[in-house]
Amino acid sequence: MYDVNFHKAKDAKDAAKLVKSGDDPMYLSGGMTLIPTMKARLAAPSDLVDVSAASDMVGITVKGSTITIGAATTHAEVASNAKLIKAVPGLACLAAGIGDPAVRHRGTIGGSIANNDPAADYPAAMLGLAATIVTNKRKISADKFFVGLFETALNEGELIKAVIVEKPKKSSYAKFPNPASRYAMVGVFVAKTAKGTRVAVTGAGGDGVFRMKKLEKALDKKWGPEALAGTQIGSEGLMSDMHGSAEYRANLIGVMAKRAIEAS
Amino acid sequence: MSDQGIGARVKRVEDKRFITGAGRYTDDIVEPNQAYAAFVRSPHAHAEIKSINSKAAEKMDGVIAVHNGAQLTGDGIGNIICGWGITSKDGSPMNMGAWSALATSKVRYVGDAVAIVIAETKAQAIAAAEAVSVKYKTLPAVAQSLDGLADGAPQIHENAPGNLIYDWEIGDQKATDDALKGAAHVTYMDIENNRLSPNAMEPRAAIATYNPAEDHYTLYTTSQNPHVARLVLSAFYQVAPEHKLRVIAPDVGGGFGSKIYIYPEEIACLWASMKTKRSVKWTSTRTEAFLTDAHGRDHVSTAAMGFDKNGKIVGLKVNTKANFGAYMSLFSSAVPTYLYATLLSGQYNIKNIYCDVQAVYTNTAPVDAYRGAGRPEACYLVERVMETAAREMGMDPAELRRKNFVRSFPHETPVIMTYDAGDFDGNLDQAMEAADYAGFEKRRKKSARAGKLRGIGFSSYIEACGIAPSAAVGSLGAGVGLWESAEVRVNPVGTIEVLTGSHSHGQGHATTFAQIVAERFDLPIENISIVHGDTDKVQFGMGTYGSRSGAVGMSAIAKAMDKVEAKAKKIAAHVLEASEDDIVFEGGEAKVKGTDKAMGWHEIGLSAYTAHNLPDGMEPGLKEGAFYDPTNFTFPAGTYICEVEVDPETGKTTIERFTASDDFGTIINPMIVEGQVHGGIAQGIGQALLENVVYDDDGQLLSASYMDYTMPRADDLPSYSVHHHSTTCPGNPLGMKGCGEAGAIGSPPAVINAITNAIGNNNLSMPATPAKVWAAIQETASAKAAE
Repeated sequence: MYDVNFHKAKDAKDAAKLVKSGDDPMYLSGGMTLIPTMKARLAAPSDLVDVSAASDMVGITVKGSTITIGAATTHAEVASNAKLIKAVPGLACLAAGIGDPAVRHRGTIGGSIANNDPAADYPAAMLGLAATIVTNKRKISADKFFVGLFETALNEGELIKAVIVEKPKKSSYAKFPNPASRYAMVGVFVAKTAKGTRVAVTGAGGDGVFRMKKLEKALDKKWGPEALAGTQIGSEGLMSDMHGSAEYRANLIGVMAKRAIEAS
Repeated sequence: MSDQGIGARVKRVEDKRFITGAGRYTDDIVEPNQAYAAFVRSPHAHAEIKSINSKAAEKMDGVIAVHNGAQLTGDGIGNIICGWGITSKDGSPMNMGAWSALATSKVRYVGDAVAIVIAETKAQAIAAAEAVSVKYKTLPAVAQSLDGLADGAPQIHENAPGNLIYDWEIGDQKATDDALKGAAHVTYMDIENNRLSPNAMEPRAAIATYNPAEDHYTLYTTSQNPHVARLVLSAFYQVAPEHKLRVIAPDVGGGFGSKIYIYPEEIACLWASMKTKRSVKWTSTRTEAFLTDAHGRDHVSTAAMGFDKNGKIVGLKVNTKANFGAYMSLFSSAVPTYLYATLLSGQYNIKNIYCDVQAVYTNTAPVDAYRGAGRPEACYLVERVMETAAREMGMDPAELRRKNFVRSFPHETPVIMTYDAGDFDGNLDQAMEAADYAGFEKRRKKSARAGKLRGIGFSSYIEACGIAPSAAVGSLGAGVGLWESAEVRVNPVGTIEVLTGSHSHGQGHATTFAQIVAERFDLPIENISIVHGDTDKVQFGMGTYGSRSGAVGMSAIAKAMDKVEAKAKKIAAHVLEASEDDIVFEGGEAKVKGTDKAMGWHEIGLSAYTAHNLPDGMEPGLKEGAFYDPTNFTFPAGTYICEVEVDPETGKTTIERFTASDDFGTIINPMIVEGQVHGGIAQGIGQALLENVVYDDDGQLLSASYMDYTMPRADDLPSYSVHHHSTTCPGNPLGMKGCGEAGAIGSPPAVINAITNAIGNNNLSMPATPAKVWAAIQETASAKAAE
């Protein structure tokens, strides 16, 4: 690892101030991706601003049908929060399946979506639930937030403070893990929301997480695994690598969607 | 007799320190005046080195020195050698290219070391290594053996035209061709054996210290065979003469073959310690381990096996292309020849076998022995072919095997092995019963009702280990003898230290070796300690690999114990005024049979060292050494049955049952043996389902981390059903066969036979990843649709 200056932020405001120090600063949340990348000398920020203990960025609140999750909330908290499990079971179940216990107790929701790894789980939930990403500058809809591989709508220095989701009628997530990394080879998040059905796919897209609108329409007509029967899932635009071809991933999208719907 | 002797499930005495974090591994050792090394490595698979500029690096904080290959070879450090000469069909010797510990004019694989940086701290060494500027002229590269042999392939070593290292053969080609021509049925197969990365838990490490006052070197290193390391470092690499070099392999966290070899890093650290007059420590990162630890397997083969109309094998013809990587590692040449083709007879009576092997240079990491070394490749080929032939001929796979089993011993195969003992029917019967083969159809139907495909597969393996008579291997090209040595020291207080040339890097020698001493003298194992891994303590030894520590290492201890026993009896007989024939050891005493006369074992020790009352002419002391040279290989064998369930929607395989029946001869500690079988099967399942080293066409390693290289994890593996059905090995005093590699040798074909049985498509290569299995299922479905 290269030398780095470490700062611990008290709250989001403090973090935004601290991040102005140094010529190449980065926010650090759980560090589940950034720290290994730095250890491999593939990232060399001058300064790290640790937001994992920022007082206004942790915790889960449920008010009516609105759920707010602080950006520095760990996967383990999301997975075990009783109110959230009841309100958005698909999201809690997704969080329970990220990495291993050590990762789930350090990694955070804000860190995951800011990184926007094309095989990460949370982006599928954010997109599937039409979440709102709250930063220290503005609110961004999930549809506009995830831009491409490891790319988001965040500007330099902009910090995710929380995510807001509206309680869906149904939600569910099914993933097929990559045998080596156990990241999602394909993960499908399905949700029945007030504004209609949403199906978001992670792990497979050449540009990262995406919605399967064809499937959403079919499910809008009738919610059930049979909706998949008439829906062809093509392989164009999907990732292909040593672990699986685009055709295989296309197949897995159908299978995982079916399993998510069956479990909903 | 002792309840800690042969056959007792004694808990491993070494585990307390391992599981409490008190082990002492090379990286745990800190020498005074210690500096750190980092290596500058090639990012290219094949390139000429145009220039190396280390000026900027030398000026950096903490940097002590930067050295390159020109300086190393200029100081007379020799090239790294392969220690087993193989002769081609045409009588020519193998074409071994030069391998300098630090590359001089050319780099030949990604990770090839170009320069060594020595600095005060590890971080400073790594930072300076990045600052060394190497100008390369890149050259076209090849990663696959077939590409290496293709016309116009880039030439990797000047003295290996067409990248061919050797073209070797065994068996009778004409007789085999004739037999296949006359066969009622011939099964043809293309078979690949995937390349594996060894992944020992402890990465390689070294600390080299040069003492100018005594002109003496000490090397701590992660070695399976420290004496061989010293021999090679001294005789071939000219680092230091043997009596001026001490090699210590302290606790070593797994080897699997990869720590047999002498790598560039140890050589460079020793040399650099002399140049800098500092202790130089290097510990491999996991990335360096993926790039540079010798890989295993990587065979591409064709096979044709002929049968008569009754299902009896009439002949087997095999061609194999073996990928050796960029350089010939220490024992690489022996793996696809004498450790592979000699096992192609399997458990079967086959009159005619012919195999030829082309060994090929490519721009990849060197390939050498990895748990099983050649025998997994042979077993996979033979057992895949047998299962396939049974399917093609509409026979039960167990019955086809039974029709062809060798039943009388000794049995000479057409590929120079002489099987000494075995009961192949017994192992097959035991495995089939334990696996409830009869109930499989019922279970298959149950899976089908749940939408799953269930399959069952056999593997009746045989392997040859405990290598081997020194004169025999010498005649086949080995550069060393393959005996083992031991010394049994009885101390004046009666405690016993056993010095062995075997090396434990996880095997549990401190326990099993002590058990055979406990058995012989009826003493508690707490009174016995095992000393190994230090060339200053143990006179010489060949180390541990090829499942040889039991059959060869313990045989040497048994021989040394014979001598100790004889002398101890003489002393006891003298003191007790009895005949030495009447002396027996019981309960920590030497007793005179049929009387109440006895003396404590410790009193024998004391008598030997006080020497106040010894028989006339007897030398004082009670310490004996022995060398044991095996009379033959040992031949562990058995049957493995794997039962899988495949999810046809995702292609994911779940191993539902895995049954093993092994014949390991005499078993010293069944718990440790079962642990070896469990670990071996885990590695075999890893090869069959998960693990794969992948290079792209330019020779870049794609599977360079655990994000892409799939190690088996607990939830990938079933709970094994492990059984023993043994015949005694006639070749060594304890009747033992090796058990360390059998699991990794026997299991891969059982897994693939089971999956191909489940999905009804035999066209499946290892690793059978979900994506590949799914594609094979689609292939079957579209073939059916086309019918």
